[in-house]
Amino acid sequence: MTATMQSSVGNPGAEKRGMNLTLRIWRQQGPTAKGKMVTYKITDISPDMSFLEMLDVLNEQLILQGDDPVAFDHDCREGICGMCGVMINGQAHGPQQTTTCQLHMRSFKDGDSIDIEPWRATAFPVIKDLAVDRRAFDRIIQAGGYISVPTGTAPDAHATPVPKADSDAAFDAATCIGCGACVAACPNASSMLFTAAKVTHLGLMPQGQPERNDRVVNMIAQQDREGFGGCTNIGECSAACPKGISMETISRLNHDLLGALRAGARPKS
Amino acid sequence: MRCVTSRWLGGKARVVIALSVVVTVTHATRRTPKASKTTSVFKKAVMAVSGIILVLYLIAHVIGNLKAFSGAESFNSYSGWIRTVGNPALPGATALWVIRIVLLVAVIAHIWAAVSLWRQAKRARPERYVTKKAVAQNYASRTMRWGGVIILAFIIYHILDLTTGTVNPEGFDSTPYDRLVASFQNPFVTAFYAISVILLGMHLRHGIWSATQTLGQSNRRREKTVSAFAFAFATLITAGFLLVPLSVLFGLID
Repeated sequence: MTATMQSSVGNPGAEKRGMNLTLRIWRQQGPTAKGKMVTYKITDISPDMSFLEMLDVLNEQLILQGDDPVAFDHDCREGICGMCGVMINGQAHGPQQTTTCQLHMRSFKDGDSIDIEPWRATAFPVIKDLAVDRRAFDRIIQAGGYISVPTGTAPDAHATPVPKADSDAAFDAATCIGCGACVAACPNASSMLFTAAKVTHLGLMPQGQPERNDRVVNMIAQQDREGFGGCTNIGECSAACPKGISMETISRLNHDLLGALRAGARPKS
Repeated sequence: MRCVTSRWLGGKARVVIALSVVVTVTHATRRTPKASKTTSVFKKAVMAVSGIILVLYLIAHVIGNLKAFSGAESFNSYSGWIRTVGNPALPGATALWVIRIVLLVAVIAHIWAAVSLWRQAKRARPERYVTKKAVAQNYASRTMRWGGVIILAFIIYHILDLTTGTVNPEGFDSTPYDRLVASFQNPFVTAFYAISVILLGMHLRHGIWSATQTLGQSNRRREKTVSAFAFAFATLITAGFLLVPLSVLFGLID
């Protein structure tokens, strides 16, 4: 908004630079209610606003008009919490490969029409409007996305050496924020990239080795139980991932899973 | 106490620390292999392995087809050889039937995995997006399922036409070479063949890449090579299969 103000101060005669947009937003009263796309006109949006700030402006207007504001998830607004995913014009988190909160209105043009929908997957039921329940991801983590460590005093930092290449690759995978964009973008609504990121992250570390086989079979079993689809290696997930988790992690998960099955690991019932 | 854990929803780390002082590795209680092995990834592995068997057959098949260029006698005697290969150690068409059974099992396994994963994908997203933009998919990956159905329909017709002769204008009493020529002189048959073989090429283009991923043999370094190989291999197989029917249609083989 600063830019708008500065430009109007600098050029008193210049017309306002705010954008006028048509929003088509999925409105759904509750988990079992039937939803539909509702059209809203919004005016004078600064190109420097984030996408969520634009939705805040819309909601303020709706509240002033006595309407129900649009429910959407958000938390940190700095791209690391993973709460704010919505489908924007058919792309998870919109046209930039980032989180919705880090998407700015300069990515759109004045007069654009923007479709906003929730993630759509059986495993991610809609709570209201654009907010979905992603606890299926929590349960996949609970099935094996952890390591068991002895308690006691903190070990020395150099007690367990990790090769640099491994720690880098593990950290790349660990940047997954569990936002669910991979599921949302996948034609099969598969959570493979998410699970693969966790399996890769822990599987590359020495601390992750003792539970490596059980981890992968249990996480995949839980993923299937939650009702996610299977992976067909199309790559929509990786292209939509705000953290750029690579398809390589999926190959690594498959490798670990087949190895674990051969070694006799079976999922807990 | 810090521990390696997943950074997680809400940015709040969920730290799971075992209460025991000693790290104990507990193996999950075993269930029957059938129940536990049929995960989505296991189905994908079945799809990949059966696909590889079928690809090996395709290589042999396309090489055999090219015999048509060396004349009727050579083609027919090759066809006869397939039926008697292994004789006299193996009686009659034993080797041929072994190959047929292996192929049939591979095809059934391939279809079982595909149908099962297709249904799982349908269940996973019952409500479709109003607007959905595809970024990474290509024509090959988009046509895997329906392309596969068309290829199956083609294979059934293909066997009835050229192997059994049931729907061939020359009938089942003819030589393989006569059946080949009679069939592909019909432009509609050649067109159906061409469409199916091109779909097969696209099926291979995505399938080879996908099988490499599924069997855990891909990584960032290999990705480009695998993709390039899949494209080149699929193009070569498609071109090889198109050569004979097009030559018949344009009178180069008669």
